[in-house]
Amino acid sequence: MNISYIHGLIGGMLIGLAAVILYWFNGRIMGVSGITSKLLFKADKDYWWCLAFVLGLIFGGLIYQMRFSVVVVINASAWSLIIAGFLVGFGTVLGNGCTSGHGICGIARLSKRSIAATIVFMAAGILTVFIKKVLKV
Amino acid sequence: MVIIIAFISGFIMSIGLIVSGMINPQKVIGFLDLFGHFDPTLAFVMAGALSVSAVGYRLVGSSKPLLCETFDLPKRNKIDRQLILGAVIFGVGWGLAGFCPGPAIVGVGLGFFKAIIFVIAMLTGMFLARKQVP
Repeated sequence: MNISYIHGLIGGMLIGLAAVILYWFNGRIMGVSGITSKLLFKADKDYWWCLAFVLGLIFGGLIYQMRFSVVVVINASAWSLIIAGFLVGFGTVLGNGCTSGHGICGIARLSKRSIAATIVFMAAGILTVFIKKVLKV
Repeated sequence: MVIIIAFISGFIMSIGLIVSGMINPQKVIGFLDLFGHFDPTLAFVMAGALSVSAVGYRLVGSSKPLLCETFDLPKRNKIDRQLILGAVIFGVGWGLAGFCPGPAIVGVGLGFFKAIIFVIAMLTGMFLARKQVP
């Protein structure tokens, strides 16, 4: 088996563990888009723990980078990153979740809405990659 | 304590996303490239994550969380137009760049300049959507 599949499995289990910790202790669903969007409005009652979660995400990256230096080639142009980022932000708030909230936590809870959303965003992603290839952009 | 737990959860999530390779947009696009150079890694990530979270969620039962009074779960259970439309828009953006919110924010911590651009655009999109749907 390809080594990156094993890394995927181990990393995935850590992601699951993070979700379980947030649920057991705080009673919350680990949805990154929902948590992040709450930071935009300081009056939100969930502001502080959401900020702590996002800082955890950033610090994780920072410390990992200091220890192991990760290099990733990102092919997308600045313009496509701006458009993609905007669509991801808008879409996840409208659809109440992203890969973590719907794709992992929601499916684990067997939520009908999350299963539907995951099928739809994966299909839309597959179609987008396909169209991008056909148009060679 | 609730805040410390949230930080720890975010930190573990971050390491999980890095170890799994999902911070690399090329691997995500590889998974979505069903009719080309398909890379199934994301399916392994989902399998790993779901195996732990599904069991973990079951084990708590219906008692209350360790630090709070109640579980805060989504109340809606209807599949409506807004959900589907949002998922379509998200999916298109995801396929365009290969970033979803988690890996993009971790990418900021890793110091990826392009992840910073993505996250700023993402926050703008979130802000405008929140104005439409409170």
